Amino acid sequence: MQRSLMIEPVKCTGCKQCEMACSMTHEGVFNPARSRIRVFEFHAEARFVPYTCTQCAQAWCQQACPVEAISVDAATGAKVVKEARCVGCKVCTIACPFGTVNYVRATGKVAKCDLCGGDPACAKACPTQAITYVDSDWTGLERMRAWAAKATATA
Amino acid sequence: MKAVILGAGPAGVTAAETIRAHNPKARITLVGDEPHPPYGRMAIPYLLSGRIDEAGTHLRADPDHYRNLGITLKTGRALGLDAKARTLALEKGELAYDALLIATGAKPVKPKIKGLNLPGVHHCWTLADARAIAALARKGEPVVLMGAGFIGTIILEALALRGVSLTVVEQADRMVPRMMDAKAGALLKRWCQAQGVKVLTGTSIAGVEKGPKGLAVTLSTGKTIPAALLVVAAGVAPNIGFLKGSGVKAKQGLLVDAHLETSLPGIFAAGDVAQGLDFTTGALAVNAIQPGAVAQGRLAGLNMAGERVADRGQLAMNVLDTLGLVSASFGAWDGVDGGWRSAALDRDNFRYTRLEFLGDRLVGANLVGIGPHVGMVRGLIETGTRLGAWAKTLKRDPNRLPEAYVATLAGRRD
Ligand SMILES: Cc1cc2nc3c(=O)[nH]c(=O)nc-3n(C[C@H](O)[C@H](O)[C@H](O)COP(=O)(O)OP(=O)(O)OC[C@H]3O[C@@H](n4cnc5c(N)ncnc54)[C@H](O)[C@@H]3O)c2cc1C
Repeated sequence: MQRSLMIEPVKCTGCKQCEMACSMTHEGVFNPARSRIRVFEFHAEARFVPYTCTQCAQAWCQQACPVEAISVDAATGAKVVKEARCVGCKVCTIACPFGTVNYVRATGKVAKCDLCGGDPACAKACPTQAITYVDSDWTGLERMRAWAAKATATA
Repeated sequence: MKAVILGAGPAGVTAAETIRAHNPKARITLVGDEPHPPYGRMAIPYLLSGRIDEAGTHLRADPDHYRNLGITLKTGRALGLDAKARTLALEKGELAYDALLIATGAKPVKPKIKGLNLPGVHHCWTLADARAIAALARKGEPVVLMGAGFIGTIILEALALRGVSLTVVEQADRMVPRMMDAKAGALLKRWCQAQGVKVLTGTSIAGVEKGPKGLAVTLSTGKTIPAALLVVAAGVAPNIGFLKGSGVKAKQGLLVDAHLETSLPGIFAAGDVAQGLDFTTGALAVNAIQPGAVAQGRLAGLNMAGERVADRGQLAMNVLDTLGLVSASFGAWDGVDGGWRSAALDRDNFRYTRLEFLGDRLVGANLVGIGPHVGMVRGLIETGTRLGAWAKTLKRDPNRLPEAYVATLAGRRD
């Protein structure tokens, strides 16, 4: 049974615990700038939108990589960056139409959400359950996936 | 089905894997004319800068990958094609096919300038080139690079990181002239010079002779500079010589339809060798980029396997890292008729954002000193998302593009 991150912006209060947990888990520092999930703030509407990779089926990042540095974690379905193989060419960062693979200057490599191997820290840290880790079937993720399919020049 | 894939670069490898995924029984042969496992040319700069070894350039990490998929790897050069008999002539023997993919890529061109056949003059295109360059590009040695186009500028970084004394000679008035506008090009030039690279724009190489350091390179200004190595990155041409007389139609590359099929049925083309549908113009163009080669390879593979899938066109896009300054260009970065632009330049911090719109849709971009989420530019362009009121916001501040993206595409309330 595949699980996915379900994000419900209406429940988000903008506390950024998810960003803190993500950067701590992956980089060992509390630094939102190093987080792989980002909370977008729309102050005029007092609205907050946590945003990260949907692990889309097209896997643009994986396809674009010239050295097979991105692969699918069989257990979670996450597209995972193998740091040892990544050369830092950044082609995946422009190929991903969601903009959820980013270049990290400190490492010279790219980073993206890897679902923490099946126990996502952002979901655990979220105090309002705006981010939950649930069965893929009812995440509303289908909407994002449908969009991804529409977005594709090649699907 | 006998599928023959000619060319073992990213387009060819992706096509072979795609055919296998859709047809477990197909007999798939992948032919390349270089004596290495299939590798990615674009990893070569990272080999030169010492970040990876040659195995790190391989397109697939597992040496048994092709055998495991039942894809036969063959080394050989194609010399001719008999489309009626459906056979491909190789140096040794021939190969019969039901479906053929031509994914032979491109080769660098050597401008007609005196002295380019001297020892010490190299392209930077193959692993063999990389070995030759590595032997000559030693710390402190004077090196001249001809051409600051996209590929030249990538090579620039690799050479500079090797610690050579580098001079770049570009005949156009700026760096990366086909990827960036004058403001962006000027930022890149100033940045590179601040990192100790000499960049001569509006200058060409008039001739090369033997010299005390190995070579003496004479510029259009009349000045002569010494070089232990001259790297030529002055454009490429498709590898189509072997198709002469075959009937496959070509202009700048092999002309393909939306199904990646050439003018001859059963013969497909993908990657740097193909002139296929361009997303921005709707015309046929040679885009010659890694993501485009992979996408076309995948589509060609699908169509060869009998799935009729049409290409919506490849979006021209590039990302560059010049010694720490990251820049990117997408689609109609120079604007379209009837369109408008929003630009913000921060010279001191080497930041430039130029977005091009048609109505309330994004159609292209030039970005220097880029922040996170750069792929959103592709997402907005390819979905043709109507930005509505956000277009006005972006007119005031183009750097708010990620917010505009999330607000219009990702953050809608269910
Ligand atoms: C130094 C360098 C840096 C680059 N950096 C980038 C980058 O950052 N981003 C980007 O998007 N692109 C980059 N590129 C371009 C990118 O590498 C190409 O777009 C991509 O390799 C094209 O893939 P392809 O499969 O079409 O062709 P190729 O990779 O060129 O593969 C063609 C294959 O066909 C074989 N072949 C040719 N003729 C014959 C024949 N007659 N018989 C048999 N086999 C033949 C070749 O040996 C080769 O194996 C770079 C290229 C270089 C050289």
